[in-house]
Amino acid sequence: MSAFRQSVEAMIPALRRYARALARDGDAADDLVQDTLVRALRSERLFLGGDIRSWLYTILTNLNKNRRRSLARRPHFMPLQDDNADASGTEAEGRDIERALATLVEEQRAALLLVVLEGLSYREVADIQGVPIGTVMSRLARARAHVRAVLEGERPALRSVK
Amino acid sequence: MTDPNIPVTEDELHAYIDGELPSERRSDVEAWLATHPDDSERVQSWRTMAEALHARYDAVANESVPPRLELERLQRPPRKWLYGAIAASFAAFLVGGASGWVAHGATSARPTLQAFTGDALEAHRLYVVEVRHPVEVPGDEKAHLQQWLTRRCGRTVHAPELQSTGLKLVGGRLLPGPSGPASFLMYESPSGERFTVYATKTTTEAMQMRYTSEGTTGALFWADRGVGYVVIGGSDRQRLTQVAQQVYDQTERSGG
Repeated sequence: MSAFRQSVEAMIPALRRYARALARDGDAADDLVQDTLVRALRSERLFLGGDIRSWLYTILTNLNKNRRRSLARRPHFMPLQDDNADASGTEAEGRDIERALATLVEEQRAALLLVVLEGLSYREVADIQGVPIGTVMSRLARARAHVRAVLEGERPALRSVK
Repeated sequence: MTDPNIPVTEDELHAYIDGELPSERRSDVEAWLATHPDDSERVQSWRTMAEALHARYDAVANESVPPRLELERLQRPPRKWLYGAIAASFAAFLVGGASGWVAHGATSARPTLQAFTGDALEAHRLYVVEVRHPVEVPGDEKAHLQQWLTRRCGRTVHAPELQSTGLKLVGGRLLPGPSGPASFLMYESPSGERFTVYATKTTTEAMQMRYTSEGTTGALFWADRGVGYVVIGGSDRQRLTQVAQQVYDQTERSGG
Protein backbone atom coordinates (compact mmCIF):
# COMPACT_ATOMS: atom_id res chain seq x y z
CA MET A 1 0.00 0.00 0.00
CA SER A 2 1.31 3.45 -0.90
CA ALA A 3 2.25 5.99 1.77
CA PHE A 4 -0.64 8.10 0.50
CA ARG A 5 -3.14 5.32 1.12
CA GLN A 6 -1.70 4.52 4.50
CA SER A 7 -2.14 8.14 5.54
CA VAL A 8 -5.71 8.15 4.25
CA GLU A 9 -6.52 4.87 5.99
CA ALA A 10 -5.11 6.09 9.29
CA MET A 11 -7.53 9.00 9.14
CA ILE A 12 -10.73 6.96 8.73
CA PRO A 13 -11.59 6.70 12.46
CA ALA A 14 -11.19 10.46 13.01
CA LEU A 15 -13.15 11.24 9.85
CA ARG A 16 -15.98 9.02 11.07
CA ARG A 17 -16.03 10.80 14.41
CA TYR A 18 -16.13 14.21 12.78
CA ALA A 19 -18.78 13.14 10.25
CA ARG A 20 -20.98 11.62 12.97
CA ALA A 21 -20.95 14.83 14.96
CA LEU A 22 -21.42 16.92 11.85
CA ALA A 23 -24.20 14.94 10.22
CA ARG A 24 -25.83 13.47 13.33
CA ASP A 25 -27.27 10.43 11.59
CA GLY A 26 -24.86 7.48 11.57
CA ASP A 27 -25.61 6.25 8.05
CA ALA A 28 -25.43 9.69 6.53
CA ALA A 29 -22.13 10.20 8.36
CA ASP A 30 -20.59 7.04 6.94
CA ASP A 31 -21.90 8.02 3.49
CA LEU A 32 -19.98 11.25 3.86
CA VAL A 33 -16.83 9.43 4.88
CA GLN A 34 -17.24 7.00 1.98
CA ASP A 35 -17.62 9.83 -0.54
CA THR A 36 -14.62 11.57 0.99
CA LEU A 37 -12.47 8.45 0.65
CA VAL A 38 -13.60 7.76 -2.91
CA ARG A 39 -12.67 11.29 -3.89
CA ALA A 40 -9.36 11.10 -2.10
CA LEU A 41 -8.45 7.84 -3.86
CA ARG A 42 -9.46 9.20 -7.24
CA SER A 43 -7.24 12.19 -6.66
CA GLU A 44 -4.27 10.20 -5.43
CA ARG A 45 -2.17 10.86 -8.50
CA LEU A 46 -3.13 14.50 -8.46
CA PHE A 47 -2.51 15.05 -4.79
CA LEU A 48 -0.18 17.98 -4.54
CA GLY A 49 1.74 16.84 -1.50
CA GLY A 50 1.36 18.30 1.97
CA ASP A 51 -1.10 17.81 4.77
CA ILE A 52 -3.39 14.92 3.92
CA ARG A 53 -5.27 15.32 7.19
CA SER A 54 -6.41 18.90 6.47
CA TRP A 55 -7.13 17.94 2.89
CA LEU A 56 -9.47 15.12 3.93
CA TYR A 57 -11.30 17.34 6.43
CA THR A 58 -11.67 19.91 3.65
CA ILE A 59 -13.27 17.41 1.27
CA LEU A 60 -15.61 16.11 3.96
CA THR A 61 -16.63 19.59 5.08
CA ASN A 62 -17.39 20.61 1.49
CA LEU A 63 -19.31 17.43 0.74
CA ASN A 64 -21.44 17.99 3.80
CA LYS A 65 -22.21 21.51 2.66
CA ASN A 66 -23.40 20.15 -0.70
CA ARG A 67 -25.35 17.39 0.96
CA ARG A 68 -27.18 19.84 3.18
CA ARG A 69 -27.98 21.98 0.19
CA SER A 70 -29.62 19.06 -1.59
CA LEU A 71 -31.34 17.90 1.61
CA ALA A 72 -32.85 21.35 1.98
CA ARG A 73 -34.73 20.81 -1.27
CA ARG A 74 -36.30 17.58 -0.06
CA PRO A 75 -38.68 16.82 2.79
CA HIS A 76 -36.72 16.05 5.89
CA PHE A 77 -37.12 12.81 7.79
CA MET A 78 -35.84 12.67 11.30
CA PRO A 79 -35.03 9.31 12.82
CA LEU A 80 -37.56 8.54 15.55
CA GLN A 81 -34.97 7.01 17.76
CA ASP A 82 -31.29 7.47 18.01
CA ASP A 83 -29.99 3.94 17.62
CA ASN A 84 -26.36 4.73 18.11
CA ALA A 85 -25.96 5.67 21.70
CA ASP A 86 -22.26 5.15 22.17
CA ALA A 87 -20.75 3.36 25.08
CA SER A 88 -18.94 6.15 26.89
CA GLY A 89 -20.59 9.12 28.57
CA THR A 90 -24.08 9.01 29.90
CA GLU A 91 -26.77 8.70 27.29
CA ALA A 92 -28.67 11.78 28.40
CA GLU A 93 -25.63 14.01 28.27
CA GLY A 94 -24.78 12.66 24.84
CA ARG A 95 -28.28 13.46 23.62
CA ASP A 96 -28.10 16.97 25.03
CA ILE A 97 -24.88 17.79 23.27
CA GLU A 98 -26.22 16.25 20.05
CA ARG A 99 -29.34 18.34 20.23
CA ALA A 100 -27.35 21.47 20.94
CA LEU A 101 -25.08 20.78 17.96
CA ALA A 102 -28.08 20.29 15.72
CA THR A 103 -29.29 23.81 16.45
CA LEU A 104 -26.06 25.39 15.18
CA VAL A 105 -25.68 26.72 11.68
CA GLU A 106 -23.47 24.58 9.52
CA GLU A 107 -20.31 26.74 9.49
CA GLN A 108 -20.35 27.22 13.24
CA ARG A 109 -20.85 23.53 13.92
CA ALA A 110 -17.97 22.61 11.60
CA ALA A 111 -15.66 25.19 13.20
CA LEU A 112 -16.52 24.03 16.72
CA LEU A 113 -16.02 20.36 15.88
CA LEU A 114 -12.78 20.85 13.98
CA VAL A 115 -11.23 22.81 16.85
CA VAL A 116 -12.68 21.09 19.91
CA LEU A 117 -13.25 17.52 18.76
CA GLU A 118 -10.59 17.10 16.09
CA GLY A 119 -7.99 19.35 17.71
CA LEU A 120 -7.10 21.37 14.62
CA SER A 121 -5.48 24.78 14.89
CA TYR A 122 -7.35 27.98 14.01
CA ARG A 123 -5.04 28.31 10.99
CA GLU A 124 -5.93 24.85 9.71
CA VAL A 125 -9.64 25.43 10.19
CA ALA A 126 -9.38 28.75 8.35
CA ASP A 127 -7.83 26.91 5.39
CA ILE A 128 -10.43 24.15 5.52
CA GLN A 129 -13.33 26.59 5.59
CA GLY A 130 -11.66 29.00 3.19
CA VAL A 131 -12.10 32.01 5.47
CA PRO A 132 -9.79 34.29 7.51
CA ILE A 133 -8.78 33.22 11.03
CA GLY A 134 -10.90 36.00 12.50
CA THR A 135 -13.98 34.44 10.94
CA VAL A 136 -13.11 31.06 12.43
CA MET A 137 -12.77 32.67 15.85
CA SER A 138 -16.11 34.41 15.62
CA ARG A 139 -17.80 31.20 14.43
CA LEU A 140 -16.25 29.37 17.35
CA ALA A 141 -17.31 32.04 19.84
CA ARG A 142 -20.89 32.05 18.55
CA ALA A 143 -21.04 28.28 18.51
CA ARG A 144 -19.86 28.05 22.10
CA ALA A 145 -22.24 30.72 23.30
CA HIS A 146 -25.13 29.08 21.49
CA VAL A 147 -24.41 25.55 22.68
CA ARG A 148 -24.00 26.79 26.22
CA ALA A 149 -27.34 28.60 26.07
CA VAL A 150 -29.08 25.54 24.67
CA LEU A 151 -27.54 23.22 27.23
CA GLU A 152 -28.39 25.48 30.13
CA GLY A 153 -31.81 26.49 28.92
CA GLU A 154 -33.05 23.26 27.51
CA ARG A 155 -32.20 20.78 30.15
CA PRO A 156 -34.81 21.75 32.75
CA ALA A 157 -37.45 22.23 30.05
CA LEU A 158 -36.82 18.76 28.68
CA ARG A 159 -37.14 17.18 32.07
CA SER A 160 -40.30 18.84 33.12
CA VAL A 161 -42.27 19.41 29.92
CA LYS A 162 -41.27 17.04 27.12
CA MET B 1 5.84 40.99 26.21
CA THR B 2 2.32 41.49 27.45
CA ASP B 3 0.92 43.71 30.11
CA PRO B 4 -1.03 41.97 32.87
CA ASN B 5 -3.13 45.10 33.22
CA ILE B 6 -4.51 44.88 29.69
CA PRO B 7 -8.02 43.43 29.99
CA VAL B 8 -8.41 39.91 28.65
CA THR B 9 -10.68 39.75 25.60
CA GLU B 10 -13.16 37.02 24.79
CA ASP B 11 -10.99 35.98 21.83
CA GLU B 12 -8.14 35.47 24.26
CA LEU B 13 -10.29 33.28 26.47
CA HIS B 14 -11.06 31.03 23.50
CA ALA B 15 -7.43 31.03 22.41
CA TYR B 16 -6.47 30.18 26.00
CA ILE B 17 -8.49 26.99 26.20
CA ASP B 18 -7.73 26.04 22.59
CA GLY B 19 -3.99 26.27 23.18
CA GLU B 20 -3.64 29.12 20.70
CA LEU B 21 -2.59 31.81 23.16
CA PRO B 22 1.04 32.98 23.15
CA SER B 23 2.64 31.36 26.19
CA GLU B 24 3.72 34.70 27.69
CA ARG B 25 0.08 35.75 27.96
CA ARG B 26 -1.17 32.59 29.66
CA SER B 27 -0.37 33.66 33.20
CA ASP B 28 -2.12 36.99 32.61
CA VAL B 29 -5.25 35.16 31.56
CA GLU B 30 -5.03 32.83 34.55
CA ALA B 31 -4.68 35.80 36.88
CA TRP B 32 -7.64 37.46 35.17
CA LEU B 33 -9.81 34.36 35.57
CA ALA B 34 -8.98 34.20 39.28
CA THR B 35 -10.55 37.62 39.75
CA HIS B 36 -13.37 37.46 37.19
CA PRO B 37 -15.84 34.76 38.18
CA ASP B 38 -18.12 35.32 35.15
CA ASP B 39 -15.32 34.67 32.70
CA SER B 40 -14.04 31.84 34.80
CA GLU B 41 -17.44 30.21 34.73
CA ARG B 42 -17.66 30.70 30.99
CA VAL B 43 -14.30 29.06 30.40
CA GLN B 44 -15.32 26.22 32.67
CA SER B 45 -18.53 25.73 30.67
CA TRP B 46 -16.48 25.48 27.46
CA ARG B 47 -14.28 22.84 29.08
CA THR B 48 -17.37 20.89 30.10
CA MET B 49 -18.66 21.24 26.54
CA ALA B 50 -15.43 19.83 25.12
CA GLU B 51 -15.62 16.92 27.55
CA ALA B 52 -19.22 16.24 26.56
CA LEU B 53 -18.27 16.25 22.87
CA HIS B 54 -15.45 13.80 23.43
CA ALA B 55 -17.60 11.64 25.69
CA ARG B 56 -20.27 11.47 23.01
CA TYR B 57 -18.16 11.05 19.86
CA ASP B 58 -14.75 9.57 20.69
CA ALA B 59 -16.32 6.14 20.83
CA VAL B 60 -17.08 6.44 17.10
CA ALA B 61 -13.37 6.70 16.37
CA ASN B 62 -12.78 3.54 18.38
CA GLU B 63 -15.36 1.45 16.56
CA SER B 64 -14.01 -0.95 13.99
CA VAL B 65 -14.23 0.54 10.52
CA PRO B 66 -17.27 -0.82 8.65
CA PRO B 67 -16.39 -2.91 5.57
CA ARG B 68 -17.90 -0.40 3.18
CA LEU B 69 -15.22 2.09 4.17
CA GLU B 70 -12.29 -0.23 3.52
CA LEU B 71 -10.06 1.33 0.91
CA GLU B 72 -9.80 -1.89 -1.10
CA ARG B 73 -13.53 -1.84 -1.69
CA LEU B 74 -13.58 1.75 -2.76
CA GLN B 75 -11.25 1.22 -5.69
CA ARG B 76 -12.77 2.13 -9.00
CA PRO B 77 -11.29 2.35 -12.46
CA PRO B 78 -10.12 5.96 -12.27
CA ARG B 79 -10.98 7.03 -15.84
CA LYS B 80 -14.68 6.58 -15.29
CA TRP B 81 -14.63 9.01 -12.41
CA LEU B 82 -12.30 11.42 -13.95
CA TYR B 83 -14.31 14.56 -13.81
CA GLY B 84 -15.06 14.26 -10.11
CA ALA B 85 -11.48 13.43 -9.34
CA ILE B 86 -10.16 16.47 -11.15
CA ALA B 87 -12.78 18.72 -9.64
CA ALA B 88 -11.91 17.50 -6.17
CA SER B 89 -8.18 17.84 -6.63
CA PHE B 90 -8.46 21.24 -8.22
CA ALA B 91 -10.63 22.36 -5.34
CA ALA B 92 -8.04 21.02 -2.95
CA PHE B 93 -5.35 22.87 -4.87
CA LEU B 94 -7.17 26.16 -4.43
CA VAL B 95 -7.94 25.65 -0.79
CA GLY B 96 -4.54 24.19 -0.11
CA GLY B 97 -2.56 27.16 -1.27
CA ALA B 98 -2.26 28.71 2.13
CA SER B 99 -1.30 25.60 4.04
CA GLY B 100 1.42 24.63 1.65
CA TRP B 101 0.59 21.44 -0.16
CA VAL B 102 1.66 22.99 -3.42
CA ALA B 103 5.20 22.34 -4.52
CA HIS B 104 6.46 25.86 -5.02
CA GLY B 105 9.31 26.02 -7.43
CA ALA B 106 8.68 22.38 -8.23
CA THR B 107 11.91 21.39 -6.57
CA SER B 108 10.72 17.86 -6.01
CA ALA B 109 9.73 17.28 -9.63
CA ARG B 110 11.80 14.92 -11.71
CA PRO B 111 14.60 16.56 -13.71
CA THR B 112 12.96 16.00 -17.12
CA LEU B 113 9.78 17.65 -15.95
CA GLN B 114 11.73 20.56 -14.56
CA ALA B 115 13.46 20.85 -17.90
CA PHE B 116 10.33 21.00 -19.98
CA THR B 117 8.50 23.22 -17.51
CA GLY B 118 11.43 25.61 -17.77
CA ASP B 119 11.25 25.44 -21.57
CA ALA B 120 7.50 26.04 -21.45
CA LEU B 121 7.87 29.07 -19.18
CA GLU B 122 10.54 30.48 -21.43
CA ALA B 123 8.41 30.01 -24.53
CA HIS B 124 5.45 31.54 -22.73
CA ARG B 125 7.40 34.65 -21.76
CA LEU B 126 8.89 34.94 -25.23
CA TYR B 127 5.67 34.65 -27.19
CA VAL B 128 2.83 36.07 -25.06
CA VAL B 129 4.25 39.56 -25.50
CA GLU B 130 4.43 39.08 -29.27
CA VAL B 131 1.75 41.16 -30.95
CA ARG B 132 2.17 40.46 -34.67
CA HIS B 133 3.63 36.94 -34.75
CA PRO B 134 2.67 35.12 -31.56
CA VAL B 135 2.05 31.86 -33.45
CA GLU B 136 3.07 30.06 -36.62
CA VAL B 137 -0.36 28.71 -37.52
CA PRO B 138 -3.40 30.82 -36.56
CA GLY B 139 -6.35 29.44 -34.60
CA ASP B 140 -8.80 29.80 -37.47
CA GLU B 141 -6.86 27.02 -39.21
CA LYS B 142 -7.36 24.72 -36.24
CA ALA B 143 -7.75 21.49 -38.24
CA HIS B 144 -4.54 22.15 -40.13
CA LEU B 145 -2.75 23.16 -36.94
CA GLN B 146 -3.73 19.93 -35.18
CA GLN B 147 -2.73 17.79 -38.17
CA TRP B 148 0.61 19.49 -38.52
CA LEU B 149 1.48 19.30 -34.80
CA THR B 150 0.30 15.68 -34.62
CA ARG B 151 2.57 14.73 -37.52
CA ARG B 152 5.58 16.62 -36.23
CA CYS B 153 5.22 15.63 -32.55
CA GLY B 154 4.46 11.98 -33.30
CA ARG B 155 1.40 11.87 -31.05
CA THR B 156 -2.17 13.11 -31.28
CA VAL B 157 -2.25 16.84 -30.64
CA HIS B 158 -5.67 18.19 -29.90
CA ALA B 159 -6.22 21.91 -29.25
CA PRO B 160 -8.63 22.06 -26.29
CA GLU B 161 -11.77 24.15 -26.62
CA LEU B 162 -11.55 26.78 -23.89
CA GLN B 163 -14.53 28.94 -24.83
CA SER B 164 -16.22 28.13 -21.53
CA THR B 165 -13.42 29.96 -19.74
CA GLY B 166 -13.64 32.90 -22.15
CA LEU B 167 -10.51 31.95 -24.07
CA LYS B 168 -10.14 31.73 -27.83
CA LEU B 169 -7.40 29.83 -29.65
CA VAL B 170 -4.85 32.27 -31.06
CA GLY B 171 -2.91 29.48 -32.72
CA GLY B 172 0.10 27.26 -32.22
CA ARG B 173 3.80 26.65 -32.74
CA LEU B 174 6.20 23.79 -32.89
CA LEU B 175 9.06 24.08 -30.40
CA PRO B 176 12.10 22.01 -29.54
CA GLY B 177 11.62 20.13 -26.27
CA PRO B 178 14.07 18.28 -24.00
CA SER B 179 13.14 14.93 -25.56
CA GLY B 180 11.67 15.72 -28.97
CA PRO B 181 9.35 18.32 -30.47
CA ALA B 182 6.78 20.10 -28.30
CA SER B 183 3.42 21.58 -29.22
CA PHE B 184 2.72 25.09 -28.02
CA LEU B 185 -0.81 26.52 -28.12
CA MET B 186 -1.81 30.05 -27.25
CA TYR B 187 -5.20 31.26 -26.06
CA GLU B 188 -6.48 34.74 -25.49
CA SER B 189 -9.44 36.37 -23.73
CA PRO B 190 -11.30 39.42 -25.10
CA SER B 191 -9.37 41.51 -22.57
CA GLY B 192 -6.03 40.32 -23.95
CA GLU B 193 -5.12 37.93 -21.14
CA ARG B 194 -3.05 35.08 -22.61
CA PHE B 195 -2.62 31.45 -21.61
CA THR B 196 -0.37 28.86 -23.22
CA VAL B 197 -0.57 25.07 -23.25
CA TYR B 198 2.73 23.30 -23.80
CA ALA B 199 2.94 19.55 -24.31
CA THR B 200 5.73 17.15 -25.12
CA LYS B 201 6.55 13.47 -24.87
CA THR B 202 8.05 12.43 -21.58
CA THR B 203 9.07 9.19 -19.98
CA THR B 204 7.70 10.23 -16.60
CA GLU B 205 4.34 8.62 -15.99
CA ALA B 206 1.37 9.46 -13.77
CA MET B 207 2.92 12.34 -11.94
CA GLN B 208 0.94 14.34 -9.44
CA MET B 209 -0.14 17.74 -10.60
CA ARG B 210 2.21 20.49 -9.54
CA TYR B 211 2.29 24.24 -9.40
CA THR B 212 5.13 26.62 -9.91
CA SER B 213 5.29 30.38 -10.26
CA GLU B 214 7.76 32.99 -11.32
CA GLY B 215 6.88 36.62 -10.82
CA THR B 216 3.45 37.21 -12.30
CA THR B 217 3.46 33.94 -14.22
CA GLY B 218 1.92 30.77 -12.81
CA ALA B 219 2.12 27.25 -14.25
CA LEU B 220 0.34 23.99 -13.51
CA PHE B 221 1.99 20.87 -14.89
CA TRP B 222 1.45 17.16 -14.93
CA ALA B 223 2.34 14.07 -16.96
CA ASP B 224 -0.04 11.45 -18.19
CA ARG B 225 0.35 8.48 -20.52
CA GLY B 226 3.70 9.55 -21.86
CA VAL B 227 2.86 13.21 -22.37
CA GLY B 228 3.84 16.09 -20.12
CA TYR B 229 1.55 19.12 -20.05
CA VAL B 230 2.20 22.65 -18.80
CA VAL B 231 -0.60 25.22 -18.61
CA ILE B 232 0.72 28.72 -18.07
CA GLY B 233 -1.08 31.94 -17.25
CA GLY B 234 -1.07 34.80 -14.81
CA SER B 235 -0.67 34.74 -11.05
CA ASP B 236 -4.44 34.32 -10.45
CA ARG B 237 -4.50 30.73 -9.23
CA GLN B 238 -8.24 30.36 -9.42
CA ARG B 239 -8.23 31.39 -13.04
CA LEU B 240 -5.27 29.18 -13.88
CA THR B 241 -6.94 26.23 -12.20
CA GLN B 242 -10.13 26.80 -14.15
CA VAL B 243 -8.23 26.77 -17.44
CA ALA B 244 -6.01 23.82 -16.51
CA GLN B 245 -9.08 21.86 -15.46
CA GLN B 246 -10.56 22.28 -18.93
CA VAL B 247 -7.30 21.27 -20.59
CA TYR B 248 -6.92 18.24 -18.37
CA ASP B 249 -10.47 17.14 -18.90
CA GLN B 250 -10.29 17.41 -22.67
CA THR B 251 -6.87 15.87 -23.16
CA GLU B 252 -7.97 12.95 -21.00
CA ARG B 253 -11.03 12.40 -23.13
CA SER B 254 -9.39 12.82 -26.50
CA GLY B 255 -6.19 11.06 -25.53
CA GLY B 256 -4.27 13.92 -27.05
